[in-house]
Amino acid sequence: MNKTVLIIGSNSDVGQATAYVFAQKGFDVQLASRNLNEYQHKLAKDITIKHEVKADCVFFDGNKLDTHSAFVQNLVPFPDVVVSVFGYLGDQKKAENSIQETVQIINANYTGHVTVLNSIAQIMEENKQGTIIGVSSVAGERGRQSNYIYGSAKAGFTAYLSGLRNRMCQHNVHVATVIPGFINTKMTEGIPTPKPLTAEAKQVAEAIYKAYYKQKNVVYSLFMWRYIMLIIRNIPEFIFKKMKM
Amino acid sequence: MENIFNWGIFPVVKANVLRTNLTESCRNIVQANQSLIARGNGRCYGDSSLGNTIFSTLQLNKFIDFDTENGILTLESGVLLHEILEVCVPKGYFLPVTPGTKFITIGGALASNIHGKNHHKEGAISRYVISFQLLTENGDILQCSQTENTEYYKQTLGGMGLTGIILTVKLQLRKIETAYINQTSIKAKNLTEILDLFEKHKHATYSVAWIDCLTQGKSMGRSILMLGEHAKLSDLKADAKQKPFVVHPNKQLNIPFMFPSFVLNKWSIAAFNFLFYHKQFKQKTNSIIHYNPYFYPLDALDNWNRIYGKNGFTQYQFVIPFENGREGLQKILEKITASGCGSFLAVLKTMGQKEDFESSISFPKEGYTLALDFKISPKVLRLLDELDVLVKQYDGRLYLTKDARMTKEFFKETYTEAFLHDSKFQSLQSQRLDL
Repeated sequence: MNKTVLIIGSNSDVGQATAYVFAQKGFDVQLASRNLNEYQHKLAKDITIKHEVKADCVFFDGNKLDTHSAFVQNLVPFPDVVVSVFGYLGDQKKAENSIQETVQIINANYTGHVTVLNSIAQIMEENKQGTIIGVSSVAGERGRQSNYIYGSAKAGFTAYLSGLRNRMCQHNVHVATVIPGFINTKMTEGIPTPKPLTAEAKQVAEAIYKAYYKQKNVVYSLFMWRYIMLIIRNIPEFIFKKMKM
Repeated sequence: MENIFNWGIFPVVKANVLRTNLTESCRNIVQANQSLIARGNGRCYGDSSLGNTIFSTLQLNKFIDFDTENGILTLESGVLLHEILEVCVPKGYFLPVTPGTKFITIGGALASNIHGKNHHKEGAISRYVISFQLLTENGDILQCSQTENTEYYKQTLGGMGLTGIILTVKLQLRKIETAYINQTSIKAKNLTEILDLFEKHKHATYSVAWIDCLTQGKSMGRSILMLGEHAKLSDLKADAKQKPFVVHPNKQLNIPFMFPSFVLNKWSIAAFNFLFYHKQFKQKTNSIIHYNPYFYPLDALDNWNRIYGKNGFTQYQFVIPFENGREGLQKILEKITASGCGSFLAVLKTMGQKEDFESSISFPKEGYTLALDFKISPKVLRLLDELDVLVKQYDGRLYLTKDARMTKEFFKETYTEAFLHDSKFQSLQSQRLDL
């Protein structure tokens, strides 16, 4: 029987690319998205034809926190690997004056992941097996004026994954943190990014698979970001606070 | 606005490119725009899929159904042929018709009514299209086949995207026993010899000749004929038999930048041609090769069009009837060799009859078809104008998918059947040719 991967946020470019990478390796795929539209069904069928695995669509809304536990209870079969990749970049300027925008950014990048992964971790702990992969962001490594609401939510998510990894280690459950830098996707469309530092969704998907397959703890995609962030984290605060970034 | 150009890197236009992966949005895009043209992977050579507003089909890239019993594939129009091969070869099926690259979309294949090395025997892609969905100018989605919306079905196959946007395609595939081709290469000393060889081997499934366009006099038309049949399982060696349906590799070497335009000149082409002709010692050789090097030798180099430099190149492909073939090809080759404008690639094939269901601007016609690549220069453009005169004189015509420069007068004289289409769908080419 095939193993199953659950992609939470399967309408995102990275989510889709990840679904294809796991399907190619012989995984059945569960596509969870709040956009259960024509496209998600086409995606599932395409995966089935290309890779001869099962692919199903499930409804999931990252913002509806109280539905997350039921969402997890209803997963059939319960997945072997869970990739949590949904997110919302939002608008920093707007969020500074809007509670609604702020809450949406925090839920989509932090709280939503926590509530759904808590439920998943509970079952994996009982089963004594499974892999959880969270896709965070370099924006979570240090707050910058241009996107610190998004960044702080991702920072929370990174810390959550680290704690979860620590807890689940003794239960034979692996937790991986994937930290992409810039990715060329719908979310970053129109934002100019330096090409050598910008990954394609497929590269991030391959990093996610590697995190599963090689049981990596923290993976940067692309690898240069590990060193860039090392430098950025070590800039003294009295200098950093004056920088425009 | 983006800078957009097709494979010939000429012309380059600023265009508004619209994309979507949802049918409903396709409809909205068509309704919201005054004029537009569909574009797939941009592998036509000239301006067929260029315009101010371009609808890219590349996000319509999903398989819809694969009936592996009967070899019937249903897919969206933006799927590339190489993706089709990845799916169908392992199941023992192959494309019924394929051009010399696998990096075109199936939608583009229908719009150009592509042909391959088997046209003389098995026709164009239109023969294998069971049905398709066409989004027309008022936003209707029509199911088109030989029995439904037949006029749209007919005019869309080879209709250069001017009848609407093809959304999905249902295609009949060809059954194969292996992924290999049984290839026979035969050398010909000159034009007469190669045409005799084509005649002698007209029952071969695939046939194509590479012609040296620089040799003159008695050896003018020096060439190598490459025949092919799908290899049977019993043709394979023991190790290949274990895995008869190997799919092509995904690796490509990239040409990372535009070559300076002097790289391809008369002497470098002559050297290449000399080596190509003489690398085969025997007059006739036989080999079993994978479909990938047989059909798609140039796909091994990504962006090979950059070899021609930033001014771009054009492909001149014409067809002339068999009865005029010997004289016509003779005259045309004389003109090219005399001009000194070498063609790096010159490929000769034969074509069979036109299909019952194909557009009145679809290219195939019974006869010889020769495709020549030229780097764009004023001298080449003058040569091509002179070739036009010969092509017309011998009752031939040019392939719209390769064209970037023919005049509307020449077009109207060589494509005489009426072609009516929705006026909303227009390309720079259709405007140039007053279609």
